[in-house]
Parts: sequence; C-alpha cells; structure tokens
Amino acid sequence: MSMITLKVNGRTHMLDVDPATPLLYILSDDLALRGPKFGCGLGQCGCCTVIIKGQAVRSCVTPVSSVAGAEITTLEGLGSSAKPHPIQKAFIDEQAVQCGFCLSGVIMTAKALLDRNPKASDADIQQALSGVLCRCHTHTRMVRAIKRYAQGVKA
Amino acid sequence: MNCINPISRRTFLKTSGALVVTFSLAPESVFSQRLDGASSNQVDGWLSVNADGSVTAFTGKCELGHGLYTAQTQLVAEELSVPVNRVKLIQCDTEITPDQGTTSGAQSHPTNFNHGSLALACATAREALTRLAATRLGLPADRLGVKDGVISAKTDPSQKVSYGELIGGKKFNLTLDTRAKRKPAAEWTILGTPVPRIEIPAMATGEFEYVHNVRVPAMLYGQVVRPPAVGSTLVSVDENSVIGLPGVVKVVVKKNFLGVVAEKPWQAIQAANKLKAVWTPGTGLPKHSEIHDYLRNKKPTRDTYAVNSKDVDEKLSSAVKVMKSTYFYPYQMHGSIGSSCAVADVQNGKATVWSASQAVYPLRNTVAMVLGLQPENVHIIFKMGSGCYGCNGADTVSYDAALLSQAVGRPVRVQLTRKDEMAWENYGLAFVIDQRIGVDENGTIIAWDYEAWSPTLGNRPGMTNPGNVVTGFLAGFPPAAFAARTPAPDPTNFANNNNAVPSYVTGTVNGNSGGTGNVRSQRVLSRDVVSPFWTGPLRSPARLQNTFAHESFIDEVAAELKADPVEYRLRHLSDTRLMDVVKGASKAANWDSRPSPRNGARRGGISSGRGIACVLYEGDNGYCAVVAEVDVHQDTGRVAVKRLVIANDVGPISNPDGLRNQLEGGALHGVSRTLSEEVTWDDQKVTSIDWRTYRPLPVGAEIPKIETVLINRPDAPAAGAGETAVTVVAAAIGNAIFDATGIRLRQVPFTPERVKAALGKIG
Repeated sequence: MSMITLKVNGRTHMLDVDPATPLLYILSDDLALRGPKFGCGLGQCGCCTVIIKGQAVRSCVTPVSSVAGAEITTLEGLGSSAKPHPIQKAFIDEQAVQCGFCLSGVIMTAKALLDRNPKASDADIQQALSGVLCRCHTHTRMVRAIKRYAQGVKA
Repeated sequence: MNCINPISRRTFLKTSGALVVTFSLAPESVFSQRLDGASSNQVDGWLSVNADGSVTAFTGKCELGHGLYTAQTQLVAEELSVPVNRVKLIQCDTEITPDQGTTSGAQSHPTNFNHGSLALACATAREALTRLAATRLGLPADRLGVKDGVISAKTDPSQKVSYGELIGGKKFNLTLDTRAKRKPAAEWTILGTPVPRIEIPAMATGEFEYVHNVRVPAMLYGQVVRPPAVGSTLVSVDENSVIGLPGVVKVVVKKNFLGVVAEKPWQAIQAANKLKAVWTPGTGLPKHSEIHDYLRNKKPTRDTYAVNSKDVDEKLSSAVKVMKSTYFYPYQMHGSIGSSCAVADVQNGKATVWSASQAVYPLRNTVAMVLGLQPENVHIIFKMGSGCYGCNGADTVSYDAALLSQAVGRPVRVQLTRKDEMAWENYGLAFVIDQRIGVDENGTIIAWDYEAWSPTLGNRPGMTNPGNVVTGFLAGFPPAAFAARTPAPDPTNFANNNNAVPSYVTGTVNGNSGGTGNVRSQRVLSRDVVSPFWTGPLRSPARLQNTFAHESFIDEVAAELKADPVEYRLRHLSDTRLMDVVKGASKAANWDSRPSPRNGARRGGISSGRGIACVLYEGDNGYCAVVAEVDVHQDTGRVAVKRLVIANDVGPISNPDGLRNQLEGGALHGVSRTLSEEVTWDDQKVTSIDWRTYRPLPVGAEIPKIETVLINRPDAPAAGAGETAVTVVAAAIGNAIFDATGIRLRQVPFTPERVKAALGKIG
C-alpha cells in the first residue's frame, strides 16, 4: 500500500492503495463514481474510459500509480443532468441510448478525439470508435449525436 | 433511483404519503410458472394517489434498456390524465410491486398495455375517481372531464376537484374492473407521442445507479472461481494459497461452487487468480466443426409437432418439383457489455439481493432454495444492469453474491470477470433445420415440410430450478430434467411461439387455422436434444433461427421459379397485416421487382444486391419486414450491409421514437449476429472468452443506413417491439447476398471465409 494523490473531476484525493490497482476500481469503489464502469477488465470494450491529458484512457488496465497527480475526467466530470456538457446534451437530444452502460466508452472517446481534432472526419470518428462496443447496437444514433456535437465544436 | 436501502412497501408508502396497505405477499401456492406471474387484482396493488395529487405506480415489468420504464410511465399518465412528471413508477421489488413473473419475450407490452394489469388498474382508478368527483360536485359523471389530475365540469371549469382532494393518501379498496374503459387511442395525448426516455439524462452524465453501482455499508467484494473445463468437478482447495494475502476474508466452497471474499475488488481478483484448486478433467466436448451433425444424431430427443396435416409425403410425391435445403445456426451469446453483477446481504436467516434479474419473484424463490431459507425471508430488489437481451448472467451472479454473503455474514458484491461471463452463460440456441417444399405446375407451393434439431440445457431458473444456470448447478442443484419424447404427439391447438411454422402455411390444427399463409399441406417437427453447454433465451430465441431458415428457403424457391421474391411471398400469404409490412418495406426501399439473382451478377470486385424477409413474431406478437441492401466484396469475402428498410406493425404505438430506437438497435444486433457472432470451443472448454475471441460489430464499424416505416394500428392489441427486427435481418442479408452473387449462404455467421469458400465453389 502507498499514498497516492489523484485529481478527479477537479477534486484532489489522497488515497492509501495498492499502487498496482487498476484506476477503475479506485474510481468506482473508493471514490464511488458511477461514470466509468467495468465491462471487460481487459481494455477491449471502452466502458471504463476516462480522459487524462486529453487522451481517452481505459482505466481498467491503467495502474493507479501511473496516473498519480494527473487530471482525470470521468463522464460525471463533464456535466450533470441539470447542466449537461454539449456532447452529453447531444446524446440526450438524439436519444442515443438504450441501456446506457457503454456511454463512458462512446462519449469520452469521441470527446477526446474532437477536442484534439475539431475537424475530425467521419472516417476519423469511425476509426476512434473501432474499439468501442455497444451491445444494444445504438450505433446509428450515437454517431448522429457525435456528429451533432462536432458541428457545434466546429461552429 | 438512488434507493440503496431496502424499504418495505409499508415504509415506502408511509414516506410517499399514501396509506395503501392492502397489498400482501401472495401465499406460495398461488405462484405458478406463468410468464406473467400472479399479480394483484386490487387497484391499490398497482397505484396510489398521493396527498399532493401525484401518482405512484407499481409494475412487475422492468426496464432493460428498451424504454419500458418510460412507456409504462406514459401509460399511467395517459390513463389517469396526469402529466408524465407527476408519475413515479416503482419497478420490480418483491416487497413493493405486483408479481408479474418475468420481463421477457417481448411480452411486456401485451401484458401491461392491453386490457389487463397496469392499464386496467389505471382505467379502474380513473372511473372510480370520476364517480367520487360526481358525488362531491353534485353533477352526473358524464358531464365531467379530467385534465392534469383535476376533474371539472365540462361546461363550468370552476366546478372542480383534484385527485389529491378526492383520495390523496387513501386507499381505493377496489378490485380491478374488467369493464373499466381505457382511453381510446384517438384521444391519447401522452401515449403515442415521443416522450424522451426518463433515465437518459442521468445515464449520459454518469449519475444513473446501475446494479453495478450499488454500494451498501460494510460491503465486501467476492470473486468466483469457475471450473477450468465443462464437466470438471472440484477435488480439493488449498485455502492456504490465499489466506494471508492482503484483504482476503474467506475462501468459500459449496460442492463445486468456489469463491473468494476480500475487502477490496482488486484483492478479490488477485486472490481468485492465486487460489490453488484441483479439479477433475472435463467430460469432453463434441468437435466445433461437427456440432450440427452431433445435434442431428444426438439421442434421446424431445419431439414436438407444431402442425401436421398428415398428407405432406403424399403431396410432395405428387409435386411437379420438390426442393430441399438445410440451414445451420451457431450458438451465440448474450455477451452483455457489463459483465453481470449483484449485491447480496445475507444475515440472520434473511437475505436482500440487489439484482438485474428479469424475474424478481422467481429469483426470490430460487435464491431461497440456494441459501436454504424461506422465500418470505428473501427480498429481491431490481436494479437495472447492462442490456441483457435475454437470460444473461444476472440470475447466476445473484446466487454467487448470495452464497458468498451467507458464508461471511456481511454484504458481498460480485461482478463476474469477462471470461466467467462468457464461458458459462446460457447461450442462444444452435440449430439444424431441414426443409422441403413441393410446388405445382403453376409454381405455387403445395406442401411445406420442416424438421429441426436444437440443443437445450438449463434455462431461466423459473420458480424451482436454480440449477438451470451455472452457479445453482455448481452449488448442487440439477438443471431441469430433459423430458425425452418420441414420437411427437399430434398438436392439440395452434401456437407459433418459436416461429417454427413458416409464414406461408395455414397453421391448421383440429380444423382451426391460426397461421398467416395459404399452404395447406404442412408438417413442422422440432426435436430438442441435450446441449453440452448451458442454453437460454437470447433475443428472439428460436424465432430468429427458424425465420432465417424459412425466409431463406422461400427465396430459394422463388429464385428457382424465377419469381420476384416480394411477389412470391405475397402470393402465399393470407394475413393482410403481414402483407402490409412486406409491401411497406419494399415500397419504402424502392424495391426493384424482378427475380434474384440480379442480372449480370459477376465474379470479382464488389457486387450489390437486395433481399427481403418477414415475420409475424411468435405467431401473434408483432409484424415486421426488412429489406437489406448489401455490397459483397468478392475478393475478400466481406459483406457490407449498406441499407436496412424496416416496416413494423405492433398495434398501437406507445412511443414512436422509442419504437424506432428498438428497431434500429434490433436490426444492427441482427447484422452483428449474422456477420460475425459465433461461440467457439475446444475439446474441453469454451474459447470465446473475451472481445477478441467473440467479435460483435463495434460502434466504429461501417453502419448501414436504417430507415423505419411505422404502421400504427390504434385499434389492434398492443404487441411487443423489441424482438421483431432482429428476427428478420439474417435472412434478408442472406437473400441480398444471393441476389448480388448467386451464392446461397445457409450457415450463420456469414464470415468472409464462408463467403469466399462459397464463391470459390461456383467460381
């Protein structure tokens, strides 16, 4: 065990944890955050995605010690149901959700891409989401929501 | 949505301001295996009007990601004429809500939206409230109207009384009145409109509490250790291999069930990985490449005739032409994106389980069996999980958590690993389907013969079979016994739950015809055999597999006769609603009327084609047709689905946008299952254990353009919508590939290897 400082959604936490613990468990169990979720534990589906230094990071395969001190943003760090972030609002407006379990993967991956490259093409979006899964297959609406958000970013 | 602490109905109602206490747990003898359970016949079992006039309603049908929570809220709001935001719907809690059995099989709408259950309770309540208002206002009931929970004189709105004033906080003490009139669809202002899904803002912002997010005080974390191979049993466990590791609380063994409990999730995972256990070797598995022969030859069988006109052999021998084909379907998995999770608190002979089960009351019974408790001492609280698409790991992980909690006397949360989720779930059915058709000199079908084999082992646990899923089995409960039966008895009435009967026959049993087609000579013989793997309902169970076979085969016959596939279908159909969805989809797709394959279908390069398929889901639960347009990349064998046009008729539409969402998702789920999903195994164990070894369509895949044609039938009964589109996609894609290339694929999934092999054979 060792003391690690985590900065999550603008708040700083001092935690006494096994430094090898994947970040996801710290976020969802020690900090009780609901955005990032355990889907596979293998970095294959996207459900645990958070944004660190502008990159979409799969927290289920990221040791907590490797992100000590870095700013970590989770799905709930973007906005709230009362005041959703524009990309969240795009998903609400397009009703681009069925069970919603995969949303950290879809929204955080797309947001990291569009923050980095506001002019991302459809092919870029497709490429970024090529490793993200949604088993309800809400793909059509999700891509529409991402493009709606992208339009706003460009404008 | 943040209800972590279990609350009794009594407490709940106290805090919600109502005094409804008439609902009581049904005695055990009332329970049955019926899908819709033993629900309350009292209005107070379904809803209460609070002092402030808001409505709390109770339902035994749960949200699975398909929009049912919102649609049921609309139903309550509509029937009672209150705004949607004045309705709070409580779903699936064994101490609060009515027992409506299992939420499955696209049966939620038929159950709760037609003249029964929730809808009837609301209609009964509205009429009772109107009677109360008539007395209070001294006016005849027919001169009163209701809006936003206020009843007033139609001619003088100042004469008014609110629901809250009439009954707020008090009981109705009324039995559901089967004569109570539901609001006609023509007068709907809330149902039939695209009310946005209530949970989406919380889901999109990470606020929503899934079962995976349930945390209770003093909770520990459990991890299960499954056998290394199918049929392995536990010989010994070396507890010392993990005792002393950080956080480890206990190693738990119950027959072949093995698990570890620790203070933290990561500690539990590490301990489970390090735990030394000795298992017997597995009992061996049939070769993956020979599974279909294995099913065909497996004995004993359970044989069932859905129809048998007893003249099929004679008609086939007199036919001008007889065609036959065999279709193959693989085992597929639910593959929920979030591996299954539950939290259980078992202490002092009582259990509370937070579960994403589709069946809280049945789960209460089987958890009691697994723990050796009385059912009345078990409380199941539904919390939404990730999409399940049928019998995923929700029940089995509930047993896992319950067993581990019982062993340590503290609350335990279990979330399965990806591998444990995938290797041991109750798979969707593999199928082998033989069919023969005879046609007369006009090319009209005169006889249809069907014989199929499919494997079964376990299922939903229901009320009495925890051994129908892996944890119950490992803990010592056998799966439901296989009831061999041959020969099949004659059918006594027509039912087409599994869509084993093709759309084109009359479905005649004992002189009554329940089918949708014209062909009178018909035989449909289904043979179940024991499966080497667990099986259970997966979105459109058996219906998809059968529809793939029927709708591919009619296309083969049409092609042989050089008939247009749409025209040939319509020629053999009698049900106008089924014909309407076929016409609706083909019209919207600008269907080019001609035989398949397309003229000039050539070898090499990209070749395009279109195909159609249709179904009356479960024989009575929703009409759907889809036109698929595909590009076949002949050099690589890759099939790209470019466009799907879906026409759907599920009676009165509760929420058009929710319906579209289901159709779009169902159709793409169908594409994924058609093109790439297949469970694999070696001689000992399942080898589809993660998203590299079981590959669905990712969000970034090339996605077809999806168009939906909604046929609204306000006066028809409500039917299910969640499983219609997924049922027809495989056949439509197969038919489109045939149209593009002239090759007929009879085995799902249509992988590039299979497409190339088929092209090679004729190329």
